[in-house]
Order: sequence, then structure tokens, then C-alpha cells
Amino acid sequence: MTAISDPQSVAALAAEAVDNRVNLDFETEGMTLNMGPQHPATHGTLRIIARLDGEQVISAEPMCGYMHRGYEKLTEVRTYPQINALINRIDWLGSFANEVPFILAAEKLMGVEAPPRAQWIRTILFEMSRIANISLFLGDFGLQLGGMTAGFYAFRDREWVLNQIESATGGRFHPNFDRIGGLKDDLPKGWIESSHTAMDKLLAFCDELEDLLVGNEIFQARTRGIGVIPAEIALSYGLSGANLRASGVDWDLRRDNCPPGLVYDKADWKVWTHPDGDCFARTWVRLQETREAAKIVKQLLDTIPSGPVMAKVPRIIKVPEGEAYVATENPLGEMGYYVVSKGDLVPFRVKIRSASFNNISIVPWVARGAYVPDLISILGSLYFILGDIDR
Amino acid sequence: MTLLLASFAPPYWLSTLIKVLVVSAVVPTTALILGMVFLFKIMSWMQSRLGPQEAGPRGTLQLLADGVKFLQKEDIAPNGADLWVFKVAPLVVLMSTLLLYVALPASMHLVVADLDVGVFFVLAISSLSVIGVLMAGWSSASKYSLMGALRAAGQLIAYELPMVLAVIGVVIQAGTMSLNGIVVAQNESAIFGWSGIGYPYILTQFLGFFIFIAAVQAELTQPPFDMPVAESEIVSGYQVEYTGFRFLIFFLAEFATAFAFAAIAAVLFLGGWAVPWLPVSSDWYYVLGPIVLFAKVMIVAFIIFWVRFTYPRFREDQLQSLAWKVLIPLALVNIVVTAVLKVVL
Repeated sequence: MTAISDPQSVAALAAEAVDNRVNLDFETEGMTLNMGPQHPATHGTLRIIARLDGEQVISAEPMCGYMHRGYEKLTEVRTYPQINALINRIDWLGSFANEVPFILAAEKLMGVEAPPRAQWIRTILFEMSRIANISLFLGDFGLQLGGMTAGFYAFRDREWVLNQIESATGGRFHPNFDRIGGLKDDLPKGWIESSHTAMDKLLAFCDELEDLLVGNEIFQARTRGIGVIPAEIALSYGLSGANLRASGVDWDLRRDNCPPGLVYDKADWKVWTHPDGDCFARTWVRLQETREAAKIVKQLLDTIPSGPVMAKVPRIIKVPEGEAYVATENPLGEMGYYVVSKGDLVPFRVKIRSASFNNISIVPWVARGAYVPDLISILGSLYFILGDIDR
Repeated sequence: MTLLLASFAPPYWLSTLIKVLVVSAVVPTTALILGMVFLFKIMSWMQSRLGPQEAGPRGTLQLLADGVKFLQKEDIAPNGADLWVFKVAPLVVLMSTLLLYVALPASMHLVVADLDVGVFFVLAISSLSVIGVLMAGWSSASKYSLMGALRAAGQLIAYELPMVLAVIGVVIQAGTMSLNGIVVAQNESAIFGWSGIGYPYILTQFLGFFIFIAAVQAELTQPPFDMPVAESEIVSGYQVEYTGFRFLIFFLAEFATAFAFAAIAAVLFLGGWAVPWLPVSSDWYYVLGPIVLFAKVMIVAFIIFWVRFTYPRFREDQLQSLAWKVLIPLALVNIVVTAVLKVVL
């Protein structure tokens, strides 16, 4: 599906759809509710200024920047290996996935390519951080809808993946493992077998969660038909990742535009979409994605080639002059780094395209006319990480 | 010993003093027991974690430690709060809980006031707590509190009617509104001439039991009906501005009310304080009655809290449509069927 080319007609369509949701026949005196920066549902420091009519949201405006850490500026005074440690903190639930597109962009500028074994391990760790990220979402979304237990189950079973990431990289949350030209280390002994076990546990967790939460009638009543985002609107707001696929757009950078250095074509997997575009669709797509990620990991673990994990690169890394943009399909959506180098030890400019920033830009549109409990469903199912919004 | 207890007739002032002391000792104790057993231990067991481990043997005194901590906190009232109402509101909520215990029978004579209309009294008194909740929400000068309080008031309309209608089936079957009378009726009667397990009304009134438990969840503002205190939406609702001692009172009232409603359900549907193979006039019930009732309460409370820890939360309008479109018609059908069978059989 393609976007409607004329932005004005999209805007008119969007405005009409939004107005239809607001019930203006019975308007009472409004109330402005300030949700956040400290609010349990914003899991971080997002602030939402909601104008309410009773419990109905007349307008909702996200205010971000409370956690702005200036990463794009900080990269300009750090060498490439140092930047790698910094950008781990952007999306802190799937940290390794943040490193990969930046490293790939630097590799593209330098013209080096990681050896096959490094590419395999990179892809495995990338998918593991996707699981670590999204499995927490699945439980946390239940928590936001009032079902406490799902959250604890998610924390319990996410440990399996975190343990694997930790034993391979040494860091549970912030691996800092990817290097220009390969990886820091090879895998520890017995890691492949224990990873198989961990993935089996994760697949069992997905089944359990489907029973406990996603199949629950109350959960479906709270999410089905809530926060519907049609495909055109989703595309025009620049949504990416599972939020876009839940609107029925079959678009996945892993399959469609996989940068060299990741080996998704070596595994047999499927891109899931859902036609509804509501909160339930977003949750369901993410649940399926977790399963697919576990399958990718299991397949790649079996076919991992032998060889070195590091290409020949100079000890002091100077990136030649040029520009490169590399984007990958991160747990939250498209994440890209636009790196401009002037041939120094440090990049001249780095623009970080993080998924959450674009994903929450649709909140004013989709929240209008919803009720306050639905606003929580919408915010939860759009799934943002504050570090990914504010950088 | 039994003779002594039966012939014990203290003067009015002494009996009143004893009753006041007993109720004010029982209420926090029940809250502590439910909080400890279910909120801490059963919940952590269901959620595959350990729960409190440090305070007391295996963490059993954790809630006591928490209570002492709450007592030490400063009593803060927000700027712009209606101070008098703000401070009285928790007491109103607690008062409705205390009054609930007045009518609860722990055995034939272990009851503060054996009312002829006990069922009517407990159902009427329990709704009073909403006044306290509204006072708390309005006087807190916070938008979240106000929304929580109004949700609680709206919820009252939804759950109170099915709750009352669910109980009517039991009242028809027992032919009395006295709680002791209902207990006696369940344990003295027989099923098709067999009196082995008496006649607990859950066997015939299972629909009423289900509706009653669902309404109790709403009354207690527990998931799936915890919209007035929805933590992820309106940040604990009407409780958000309360600290220390006053928050502790809300907490106590919540769990003591949970215990009281579990006891009411046990009395109405499970045969209350009596066991069928011992006649209800036996003096043993002075000791046995509270134990039997407590055991049945824990069974009902387990169901209540099991649901609480498992389900997500409804939306306010979904509760209304559930109550008016599903629970009330079901309760009416239940009443009609019960009344017809009562006349026919």
C-alpha cells in the first residue's frame, strides 16, 4: 500500500475522521489534565497535556524533551568506539539493536565488511534484543490495563534472553559489543545450546501470555476498535515498525531493505501484518514478532559459520570523508543513523532517526475523541521508550 | 464452661464496651490477615516471585512493619484542600466498614447486633463508603482524585443493584432476612431428605453467588473493576493525595471490607459459621463458629483475590453495560426462578 500522494487530502481525511469521534452535542466545561512528566502510564518522562470533556479527550498533546540528553551533539566530540557506548542508552530495552545501524553506517563509510561469523552473531544478538524489548512490552501493556500478573511473567521470562546477552557480551542492558569490522569477542562455550533453551522458554512464554492476556475478553474489550490508525494516516505520520504493520502495511526493513552485514535472508521467517490498526492489532503483531524473532535466532544458531569475528581494521579508526545513512528494523521501528564524516577521529555530524519520536507524533490525532482509559491503551500500544523519543 | 458462657449476662455498659472493643480489634486484624496472606503471599506465589521475606518469620510481619511506617509519616494535606472534609473522609470510609461488622454473626450469640433485617443492613451500610470516597476526591483539590471519586460514584449505581438482586434469591429461599436465620436455614434443611452437608445455597443460587462476587469486586474497587483507583490511568484516584495515617485508614478499610464481604458471601451461600453435622444450637459453636466462618471466608477471599490478580481492568462504560445488560437481567431471572420453585416445591 502506498501513501496518498497529496498531503492536503490526507490532512482533510484525517481531520474529518478525528472530528467524527468527538461528541460535541453534550459539551460541558472542559478540564485540562496534565499527565506526566511523572505518570505511571508514560513509563518515563513524557508529558501529555489532555483537554478533557468529562472522560473524553478533546485534545492530547505530547510534550517531549524532559529526558533530552543531547546525544546527537555529544557524538561530535567522541570517537567512533566511544559513540558506541553512548548510543546503547537510546532504546535501553533493546540496546544492542541501537549499536548495529551506527556500526553499519561507519563500516559503509570505511568500506570494510565484518566476517560471516560476526554477521551471524550480530543478527542473533539483534533479534535477542528485539525479544528482550518486546517481551517486556507484552507484559507491561497488561500492567497498564490493570492486569498485574502479566508484567511479572514478562520480567521472569525476559531474564532468559538477558542472561544469554550477558553471557555473550558481558552486559545485560548495555552490551557495547559491536565493533567496526566485527565483534569484540567470540561466543562463549556452550552458548549456542543454552540459547536454544532460552528461545524455547520464550516461545512457551508467548503461548502463556496469549492465554493469560491477549486472549482475555476484558483485554480484547479494552483494545479492539480502540485507537484505530488507518494505513494512509500511519504512513503520512511516519509510523514504522509494528505500529505500521498493525495498520496493514506490509513493510519490514529486515526483509525489504536489509543493509549488508545482517543475514536475515539466511533464515526462513514471516512478516506479520494485521488489517485492523487498533490497539489489539499492535499487540498481536508484536506477539507474533517475538515468536518470529525466536525462530530466526534458532535457525541462525544452527547455521552459524566458523571463522574469525573481526576483520582487519586499523587500531585507530579514522573514517574517510563522506556521508552514509543506514537504517534497520529495530524493536520499536525504523532506526537510522545519518553519519557525516570529514575524515577525523570523530564524526562531523550524526543525525539519529529514532522510531519512537515519529511513533508518538500520531498521539494528538489518534487520542482525540478517545476516553481517558483508552488514552492509556493507545499510549501503551504505540509503545515508545523515552530514551528513544528524546535521545 | 459452656454453662458459664450461656448464663453470662453482663450489664448494658459492659456489654457495649466489650462489643466496641471487639469490633475495633477485629477490623484491623482481618485487614492484616487478608493483606498478609493474599496481597503479599498468594499474590507473589501467583506472580512467581518471593514476596516479603525479612520482617518476621518468612516475612509474616511485613504488613505490621508497613503499618508502623505509615504511622510515622507526616500528615500532609495539599494546598487548596478542603481541610475538614479531607481529614474526615477516611474516617467515613472506615465507619462504613466498622458498621458492617456489627451485623456479621460468628456464631448464634457471637454477634454484636442480631438484626432481623441483617441482609438489608449490611448491603445498605456498605454503600456508605462511597460518600467518604466522594468527600476524599472532592476535597483533595486534585483532578485525578476528582475523576476517581466520580468514577466510584458512577460505579456504585452499576454494582449496587445487581448485588441486592442477587441476594434476594437467598432471602426468598431462606424466608428470612436475618443473617443468623439464613445460616440456620441452610444447616437445618436437607437435600432430598439427605442432610449430610445441610443445604448450602450455593448449590441452587450459584448464579446469585457469581453475581454477588462480581458485584463485590466492584464494591471493593478491585480489578477488573478498579477504575476509581486505576493506578495506570488516574494514579490511585481518590487516594492520591493521602499520606501516612490517613492512607493507612483507606488501606485498612479496603481489606477489612474485603473480609466482611467474604464473610457475608460465606453466610449467604456457604452456610456461615455452622457445619451441618453439629446442630446449630450446640454450645460448641462459641469456639467452633468463628473458626468455621474464618475457613469459609478464606475460601471466598481466595476467589476474590484470584480474580483481582489475574484480570485486566474494564472501562467505566463497559462496567455499566455489563451491570445493566448482563448482571441485572440474570439476577431478575434468578429471582423469578427461585420464587416459582419456592412456591411449587
